[in-house]
Amino acid sequence: MSSGKLNYRLVIFFIAVIFGVGMSMPTFLQSEKGAKVSLGLDLQGGLHMLLGVKTEEAIQSKIKSIASSIKFFAQRGDIIIDDLRIAEEKITLTLLDKDEEKKLDAMLKEISGLLINKEALFYTLTLDEKEKVLIKEYAISQAVETIRNRLDQFGLAEPNVAKQGEDKILVELPGIKTAEDEQRARELIAKAAHLQLMAVDEKKQDRANNMSPNEAAQYGDVILNDAKSDTIRYILKEIPVLDGSMLSDAKVGFSDMQQPVINFTLNSEGAKIFGDFTANNIGNRLAIVLDNKVYSAPNIRERIGGGSGQISGGFSVKEAHDVAIALRSGALLAPVTLLEKRSVGPSLGADSIQASLIALISGFSLVVAFMMFYYRLAGFIANIALIVNLFLVLAVMAIFGATLTLPGMAGIVLTIGMAVDANVIINERIRELLREGLAVRQAVEKGYANAMSAIVDSNLTTLITSIILYVYGTGPVKGFAVSMSIGIMVSMLTAILGTHGIYEFLMPRIEKSRNVTLWFGIKGSK
Amino acid sequence: MEFFAKGKIYDFMGKSIFLLTISALLVIASWGLLAMKGLTYGIDFSGGTLVQVKYEQHAPIAQIREQITQDKLFANALITEFGTPEEVVIRFASTTDNVGQDVGDRIRELLQGTGKFDIRKVDIVGPKVGSELREKGMMAAGLGILGILLYIAFRFEWRFSIAAIVALIHDVSITMGAIVLFDIEMSLDVLAAILSLMGYSINDTIIVFDRIREELTKSKKDNLLEIINYSVSKTISRTTLTSFTTFLVVATLFFFGGEIIHGFSFTLLIGIIVGTYSSIFIAATLLKWFGFDVESYKTKEALKEKNKIEKAKMRAMYEKGTV
Repeated sequence: MSSGKLNYRLVIFFIAVIFGVGMSMPTFLQSEKGAKVSLGLDLQGGLHMLLGVKTEEAIQSKIKSIASSIKFFAQRGDIIIDDLRIAEEKITLTLLDKDEEKKLDAMLKEISGLLINKEALFYTLTLDEKEKVLIKEYAISQAVETIRNRLDQFGLAEPNVAKQGEDKILVELPGIKTAEDEQRARELIAKAAHLQLMAVDEKKQDRANNMSPNEAAQYGDVILNDAKSDTIRYILKEIPVLDGSMLSDAKVGFSDMQQPVINFTLNSEGAKIFGDFTANNIGNRLAIVLDNKVYSAPNIRERIGGGSGQISGGFSVKEAHDVAIALRSGALLAPVTLLEKRSVGPSLGADSIQASLIALISGFSLVVAFMMFYYRLAGFIANIALIVNLFLVLAVMAIFGATLTLPGMAGIVLTIGMAVDANVIINERIRELLREGLAVRQAVEKGYANAMSAIVDSNLTTLITSIILYVYGTGPVKGFAVSMSIGIMVSMLTAILGTHGIYEFLMPRIEKSRNVTLWFGIKGSK
Repeated sequence: MEFFAKGKIYDFMGKSIFLLTISALLVIASWGLLAMKGLTYGIDFSGGTLVQVKYEQHAPIAQIREQITQDKLFANALITEFGTPEEVVIRFASTTDNVGQDVGDRIRELLQGTGKFDIRKVDIVGPKVGSELREKGMMAAGLGILGILLYIAFRFEWRFSIAAIVALIHDVSITMGAIVLFDIEMSLDVLAAILSLMGYSINDTIIVFDRIREELTKSKKDNLLEIINYSVSKTISRTTLTSFTTFLVVATLFFFGGEIIHGFSFTLLIGIIVGTYSSIFIAATLLKWFGFDVESYKTKEALKEKNKIEKAKMRAMYEKGTV
């Protein structure tokens, strides 16, 4: 065994080999510990959505909430106000007792962001711009939180929910097995879960089916349908007694008749308001309204101090379960809209993986065969570098937490063809120099030196386009840009440095053999 | 094993008019196709919905169409076979912005009774997102060309840069002509393939230009035609073989990679063939046609060298403390 030089290039190459094989093992073995390459949604199946948020509705909600508070505190403080109304984005009321003006003003000043406009005793209240912006921002971040909570409780693996840009939400839910499950997840995400407890306007209820919404509005009422039937309608006072923000818990339970129901409990403030209202409204009905549909309107028989209630209304167990999750995670005050959806079923994901692997293996085999055939041992050395290249690409992707997508797999397959390009260029140069009569050692050294500029230039231009693709691409295309870029950079290490190191190590042997046909695949001897 | 052992110097420049004419014809034909037939845009760029369905037996396309078009929303749905007779894609322009119940769910309902099927994929791209992706796509393509132009102008002389870009436009045009001819849908994947192709086609061109640059500085030859013929002939083995190895893998992607990336692999396949052709036969010959002059280039390079040596001398003197 002739002693070759253990040169720095070879050492670096060995380190790369160990690193590459070691760091890519977790991905191959799918082990618990260690950084792994995660599969994109197009390979493992799942749901990807881009949602928009209707922030104007959040403002409307806030206005209603404020109106509820004003009503409650006015009653508490014995301030007699009349005609408390909501119209578009303003609240109007008339103060009947002039002596209470200071008290009312003081109370109103407590509410942040409220613009108070007074004409004698007629108040017009609106929200200032800064408050509106705050509400909108809060609506988006709250939507992200809420959706994340709901999906966490839905029980699927690792959902990813994040704000994107200024007003969009990205939702990624891997591993959904059926289209029905996917729809259930989407419905859970989109559920407003806006719970309101509203008083039935007993004086006008008998005209509920005949009154127009405009007329009802004039009375300060709103007409809502029953959840189970569109023909049953209720006239309710538009300002709710309570809303879902005062919920402290919601759980699935069963009614006396073994029907699934949702039992909810209120926080202390909510319990107080609830207690006061029920005490003052014995004999009247309180409507339990979920997402603007009346689920039930039981009679108030006594003061309820415990702060709990029940929503019943023909739920299946799954539906009750989902509603409870939605209530627990908080209402989505601003509804979400669908901007983009990509959902891939698990069977397609598996097929895509299979197709990519077949392409990878066949591409690899063809290239390896060609290199061996055309360049003999020089080709064999290039092939070693290629194998190490593949391990390294996987290792680097694992460390950076990159996601492997279908185009990403295509990128890896492409890298196979491009990584050997460097070796082709170098080997062709070496052959040319050998034909010109140079000694083997010089031919190899000069070959590497001369080929460098061409290789660096061509790899850099491919890198430029890869980077542009990464910046401007979305999802799967980004995956392609990532694997291409990593592949090219790694190939500079393996195909150039690595093979050079191997040649240096083997040089004494090559010189001794004097067999250029074996080593470089060209005719003639030297 | 060698293909190019003879080291023959081919006369590319002699045939340059012939070659350029063929290329010009191909490019004009491609532009014609683009103008008249036009690209078919996938939903990535035009917005819309795409549902991919796989049946256990042959997909009953007629029945599918009948049941879907019951809903007016899907009156213009396009139903085509996807790879195998068991699999179809249903494509239409409408989307809804409802999250809980979207058009994909509606299609699923309408398909009940057409047989045992599995919904493989649903893609919904709203109009806003579609136009954003179009913009991003164009930005990417534009920046790609700009980046390459600047890089080559930096590494070589400006005429090289123009010649490279013309060759690039030639490659992209003919590839897009093929895309239109074979009814390939323009999607994000295809755009990615075109961008990669731009980067890759320049690779080959650079290999040739690199050799030309080397010959210009090293050899005594003055005749541009001779230099080009010599350089291209010397590098033909390199360009052909590197393209061949890449061609091998792209071919496996095309035949085994599956229907989903079909557009992507087709684009790359055509692109590599055209790109190699243009690097060998077109790019260098354009140098002559742009008025590249060997004398002035050599003078300029000599001047640059002189300046470098001057600067190094000044620095040495400065460091020694004589200035």
